[in-house]
Amino acid sequence: MCLDCGCQEGNEKKFFHTHDHDNNEHTHSHTHPHPHGSEHSHDHTHEHTHDHEGSRVVTLEQNILAKNDEFAAKNKNFLKDKGIITVNIISSPGSGKTTLLEKTLERLKGKVNCSVIVGDQSTDNDAKRLEDKCDNVHQIETHSSCHINAEQVSEALSLVIKDNTQILFIENVGNLICPAAFELGEDFKIALLSTTEGEDKPIKYPVLFSDARIAVLTKTDLIPHLDWDLKKCRQYMREINPGMFIFELSAKTGEGMDAWVDYLETLIA
Amino acid sequence: MHELSLAESMVRELNEYIEREKVNKIFTVTVQMGYFSGVEKEPFEFAYPIVTEGTKMEGSKLIVEQLPGIVLCSECSKTTELDIPLVKCGSCGSRNVTFTQGREFLIKSMEIE
Repeated sequence: MCLDCGCQEGNEKKFFHTHDHDNNEHTHSHTHPHPHGSEHSHDHTHEHTHDHEGSRVVTLEQNILAKNDEFAAKNKNFLKDKGIITVNIISSPGSGKTTLLEKTLERLKGKVNCSVIVGDQSTDNDAKRLEDKCDNVHQIETHSSCHINAEQVSEALSLVIKDNTQILFIENVGNLICPAAFELGEDFKIALLSTTEGEDKPIKYPVLFSDARIAVLTKTDLIPHLDWDLKKCRQYMREINPGMFIFELSAKTGEGMDAWVDYLETLIA
Repeated sequence: MHELSLAESMVRELNEYIEREKVNKIFTVTVQMGYFSGVEKEPFEFAYPIVTEGTKMEGSKLIVEQLPGIVLCSECSKTTELDIPLVKCGSCGSRNVTFTQGREFLIKSMEIE
């Protein structure tokens, strides 16, 4: 059976089905040129000859994420007005977002005024870890949701943004897929990828990696213990995002941290 | 699985329209979904009947049109339909390209009474 249209007869070029609208049964037909085989793809841009009495088609072209985008635009204006650089950090769970932030905040202390919004499904464990390193940390608990949305960020801004704030880090919920679809008002996204994950993740999750300005390869201290191909990973990143900046570092040993922190400092210079 | 909450957002948006325009009956809702939008077709279709239950959209048909990624080459000015995951110009091979299609997530149209 064709999964898209429910067509039972694979090779038929035309099929009919009945719709029941308000017990007012009627028939409508549409023609599909169907190259049916065991595997096929077809798009549904075929013409419909609808027999819905008195029906009309209204064109909306409306962005489904319009509400989120409105909040994101407001956040962006608010942060831009204050001259704050905002980054949205996205990765799988456990690739080292919080550890990188801890070490980054330590190094930026006294030099750059930072604020942090951190999202998790549950607990404020990450905020507690970061509170020692930064005075302006707020945890968002997303509960059933797999990402932070722009409205949540807008509520958190008044809590973490001070007159002297220069960089806002948003640590998103650990998830490579969903957070990529929600603009928060950031200047750009940063994708983290740890060496314990597959080097082909950039092409497996192209939505995030094609959109992030920066990739940070974390846990590079583990490379000698893993069958992990750094060159291949870089190549995959360039395939999906030719202009991507790539940092390679170990927050644990400090290797590569200088370049990363220097880069962040140049953002506010 | 953010498709459920996205489907809810869509129903909220459509309900506003339905109330405002005093629409009686909705037959079909057509959505455009880019391959680079971060939204999956199947879970979105799964969510649709659930989130439309009890609304004027209940029982209506959802049509999802998937849009491939298209990039414009800054070197040779040609456009290429992307063969995921390679993001490059299909004519000259340049990686200096920008997206012109593929990130959309839109309610395209509604067939109403």
